[in-house]
Amino acid sequence: MIDIQNVHKVYNGPNGVAALKGVHLHIPAGSIFGVLGQSGAGKSTLIRCVNLLERPTSGSIIVDGQDLTQLSPAQLRAARQRIGMIFQHFNLLNSRTVAQNVAFPLEIIGYKPAARRARVAELLDLVGLSDKAEAYPSQLSGGQKQRVGIARALAAEPKVLLSDEATSALDPQTTRSILELLRSLNERLGLTILLITHEMSVVRQICDRVAILEHGEVVEQGKVSELLAQANSRLAQAIFPKFDAYSARPGAVVATLTFTGSSAEQPVLSQLARQFMIDANVLAGNIESIGNQRIGQLQVELMGDQIEQAISYLRGQGVRVEVQA
Amino acid sequence: MNWAQLGPQIWKASVDTIYMVGVSTFFTLLLGLPLGILLIITDRDGLVPIPWLNAILGFIVNLGRSLPFVILLIAILPFTRLLVGTTIGSKAAIVPLAVSAIPFFARISETSLREVDKGLIEAAQAMGCNLWQIIIKVLLPESLPSLVLGTAITIISLIGYSAMAGTIGGGGLGDLAIRYGYQRFQTEVMIITVVLLIVMVQLVQWLGNLLARALSHR
Ligand SMILES: Nc1ncnc2c1ncn2[C@@H]1O[C@H](COP(=O)(O)OP(=O)(O)OP(=O)(O)O)[C@@H](O)[C@H]1O
Ligand SMILES: [Mg+2]
Repeated sequence: MIDIQNVHKVYNGPNGVAALKGVHLHIPAGSIFGVLGQSGAGKSTLIRCVNLLERPTSGSIIVDGQDLTQLSPAQLRAARQRIGMIFQHFNLLNSRTVAQNVAFPLEIIGYKPAARRARVAELLDLVGLSDKAEAYPSQLSGGQKQRVGIARALAAEPKVLLSDEATSALDPQTTRSILELLRSLNERLGLTILLITHEMSVVRQICDRVAILEHGEVVEQGKVSELLAQANSRLAQAIFPKFDAYSARPGAVVATLTFTGSSAEQPVLSQLARQFMIDANVLAGNIESIGNQRIGQLQVELMGDQIEQAISYLRGQGVRVEVQA
Repeated sequence: MNWAQLGPQIWKASVDTIYMVGVSTFFTLLLGLPLGILLIITDRDGLVPIPWLNAILGFIVNLGRSLPFVILLIAILPFTRLLVGTTIGSKAAIVPLAVSAIPFFARISETSLREVDKGLIEAAQAMGCNLWQIIIKVLLPESLPSLVLGTAITIISLIGYSAMAGTIGGGGLGDLAIRYGYQRFQTEVMIITVVLLIVMVQLVQWLGNLLARALSHR
């Protein structure tokens, strides 16, 4: 649905910041694609390049089969009407009521007043704000404002929604409800969502796919479930905080065990004790559920005579084992 | 002192002042607001950056604002005659009043328009708005309360200038104050004109505040 091909962006200025350095991304129709990165990585630049709020220095942006960088100004405006966007600070018009804000894009594409009213009512119902139609943005909470932003972004029935840190100004509980709304819109309307965030929890909660951006370059991308299954992926490493180093007692070995998929459901530690006479002392641990998958990581101290055999047994069970040097 | 004679004179002078200020305000808004809009959109980081045009407009506006009103009043006499056919009376005073207030209001409206959150303009662009739609549907409505306050300030300075214009034959309360209060030493007339001017200024400010508050949904 969105193809970002070899996009470079250099901001001119005294220092000439290269914000994007040859980014390639393919965002399949119907997916929720997250771009994760730290502050200054170029996330905002990237998403603003997708609807050409920022014009790439080179490369192309193909949305729904159309290369946006090749369009005339009028064609670009028409293309933008088919791409919804939501913002970190909501960007609602203070001079308009909730209903008038949602009607805004409909005015731009030339809906007649009666059709506009009907569509606005439908959208406010979709985001659960029918009772706030006549309120002004200043009378709403952050979460409610973002719901208005979402209703407005979807008014013209776009196939694509761009989200620039849409939940970064919200508390965790409100964030969850907004993400749930996005997830349900994705499922119900087949909406393709490209979102950028610096929060791992957002990726964990709703993204099918993710790309990690560092200093203007994509350093990793793929399906969230596949990346998490690879314990050495940046995503997996970012999800699990690094355990503190632990000095093993004489004869003991400290190891980090990562369980994914079926290995998370096996009673492997008790097997170690039974088969190899190993004492496993758990030092630290995390269990995360991502989508419908559970992933766990344990730091253990192993004691016994058959440690090597035990480790190869674990690996045979699909557990990733890293022994602390 | 003849109050029977003075009463109608004061009344006529007040009407003249209101007429001068009203008509010059109308032309000031008509030309100053578009100038203010041009100033922000042609700016370097504006919607349609045209640096040379911005520089020229900025220069003209600064020129207009740096000229003392009395000098402007005299300097543009030929222009005034060309436009309204005379250089005395309230009608003639409207020209220098508007000419001096247009750059003033252009700067004031530029400042108000600049206060509109860049994010709103960006959101409008992301929705596919053209320049005209951004001006009409975003910039102006969002800055309306601030523009109303700016208009009140402009009207107030026009009231002050109109009194000055009156001193060189422009009519209105300033003219009255000069003729009776200054040339004939009738201090009471002077006091009455001052009081009337103060009342007008207070009224305009009060109405401006009221309207701005009613329009603001922040
Ligand atoms: N308009 C601009 N002019 C010049 N440099 C810019 C501009 N916008 C961004 N940059 C630079 O480009 C780089 C990437 O910025 P960007 O805003 O895309 O990062 P980000 O990943 O969104 O960061 P954050 O999480 O802090 O929002 C930074 O070094 C930034 O200073
Ligand atoms: Mg950013």
